[in-house]
Amino acid sequence: MVGNDIFETKTGVLLVTSLSKQVAIEARKSALKMTFASKASHIGSSLSMIDILSVIATGVELSPNGKLGDELIISKGHAAAGAYAVLAHSGYIPLSLLDSYSMDGSTLGGHVTSTHVPVINLSTGSLGHGLPFSVGRALAKKRLGIQGHSFVILSDGECDEGSNWEAALLTSHLELENLSVVVDRNFLQSLKSTEETVRLEPLAEKWLAFNWDVATVDGHSHEELHKAIFRNSNKPRITIANTVKGYGVSFMENSVPWHYKSPSLEELVRALSEIGFSQ
Amino acid sequence: MRNAFIEELTLLAEEDDKIFLIVGDLGYGVIENFEKRFPNQFLNAGVAEQNMMGMAAGLASAGYKVYVYSIGNFPVFRCLEQIRNDICYERLDVSIVSIGAGLSYGTLGYSHHAIHDIGVMSALPGMTIYSPADPIETRRALRESASLQTPKYFRLGKSGEPEIFNKTLTEFPNWTELTNGNDLLVLTTGAITNEAIEAAAVLKNLGIEIAVVAIPVLKPLAFDRDLVRRFNNVLVLEEHSESGGLGNIISEKLALNGLKTNLVKLGLPDQVLDELGSQKYLRHHFKLDAVGIAEKVKQMLGN
Repeated sequence: MVGNDIFETKTGVLLVTSLSKQVAIEARKSALKMTFASKASHIGSSLSMIDILSVIATGVELSPNGKLGDELIISKGHAAAGAYAVLAHSGYIPLSLLDSYSMDGSTLGGHVTSTHVPVINLSTGSLGHGLPFSVGRALAKKRLGIQGHSFVILSDGECDEGSNWEAALLTSHLELENLSVVVDRNFLQSLKSTEETVRLEPLAEKWLAFNWDVATVDGHSHEELHKAIFRNSNKPRITIANTVKGYGVSFMENSVPWHYKSPSLEELVRALSEIGFSQ
Repeated sequence: MRNAFIEELTLLAEEDDKIFLIVGDLGYGVIENFEKRFPNQFLNAGVAEQNMMGMAAGLASAGYKVYVYSIGNFPVFRCLEQIRNDICYERLDVSIVSIGAGLSYGTLGYSHHAIHDIGVMSALPGMTIYSPADPIETRRALRESASLQTPKYFRLGKSGEPEIFNKTLTEFPNWTELTNGNDLLVLTTGAITNEAIEAAAVLKNLGIEIAVVAIPVLKPLAFDRDLVRRFNNVLVLEEHSESGGLGNIISEKLALNGLKTNLVKLGLPDQVLDELGSQKYLRHHFKLDAVGIAEKVKQMLGN
């Protein structure tokens, strides 16, 4: 993991976060255009996650699928537009591919796939799969003595899934200090807030009780994200990134409908004009 | 069969340090030696099948050849989405090993009756289904499949199954006629094959000669058209629900091959089974034992 080395100096962190911020701005614009063009969805979840993923994708060199090292598992696969946009703007997939998002015959669908994206290790789309899979990857690296960190992005609604808690138990039992989760904590799920649906709070305490190293940060502050995601620990780490669903576009923020909707042309123009100013 | 499985897996692990055995907190008295010999290639995942199967996929994607050992329905139904999405979608080298096929755990109740797994596993793309009839075929299936880097399911009996095959099998997984006869063909799979062989002996004394074939690989099925077309009557015997099992697979093959053979299915009824008892008792109850099979054959032949 190189992230922490870069963080060592103040200049270093400024350099790295200025890059990740730039990636995030461009990714937001792309994700909006992609969901407009395809009339496909999950723009709210994408905008929520983009800062987290930008920090990871620029903070380490993600190893290609099939190779063990620093690797990415996007368990909230429905934030595909945001994921593809970040990976394209940080150089992992061609920018030109983004135009095909959710189009007929495209390789970039509405949920991320390992088949077509070279640094996504698991095709997801059903929630609660990324963490157990990553436990296997991290355990393999530990048993084989191979360096590298597994970064897993979970949604907060996804924490309803029991498979995550099965994995949480075993991860700390196996002392997999090479595994880091980031929870995109935007407090909204499919129909209502997470707390109205199935209360998750106190979430940090739950993970603490499972013997994880827990940090809670502003999920849109690249400096805080960088410091937390790449921190050292001898335990599995979880960063609860407090985010805003639809972040960066005023009329999409904290809105359940934008989990499903795609912007009209007028909405796209308004949204694009707002991107970058809130950061 | 479970001992044959673990002994053969141990031999494979001696040759290959990428063999990894995960158990779902089961295998008392079976897996200890493997764990002791290959601690770095072993893990007890606890009582958590979803995580176990997802983790197996992760290990396989990292280059391991993973065997997941559990019993009955646990490694099939509890984690079916992990099998479909994590293992099959990613086309990974994970072998799911279920001990206690059919009514092996008969007294433990319906939760433990593994009688729908063929139907469920058959639906999954790229899944190879092994259903050996005895310990010898179990070893053979495990060894023959070791070079296959795709999802596999092993439907194994529990213990004490008699050896049916001699150690020099004909080419695996070709169909082998275990008894000689031209009056009727019994197609079967798994440990219940032994009941069919006993039925053949009983019938022979009555002047009825039947051929018994145990099918070791259910998917993909190497349908032996030439063998089947010799018969006017085929009885499909299975320790599985008649819904979604071998009977369905064979009836489809007959239809697609244009064979007008008379087909009768002899399996478990498509209903929740409340009956409890030993495997022997339940086989008798549902007329799947040698007596029941012989009766069904006589009925089919109009005797």
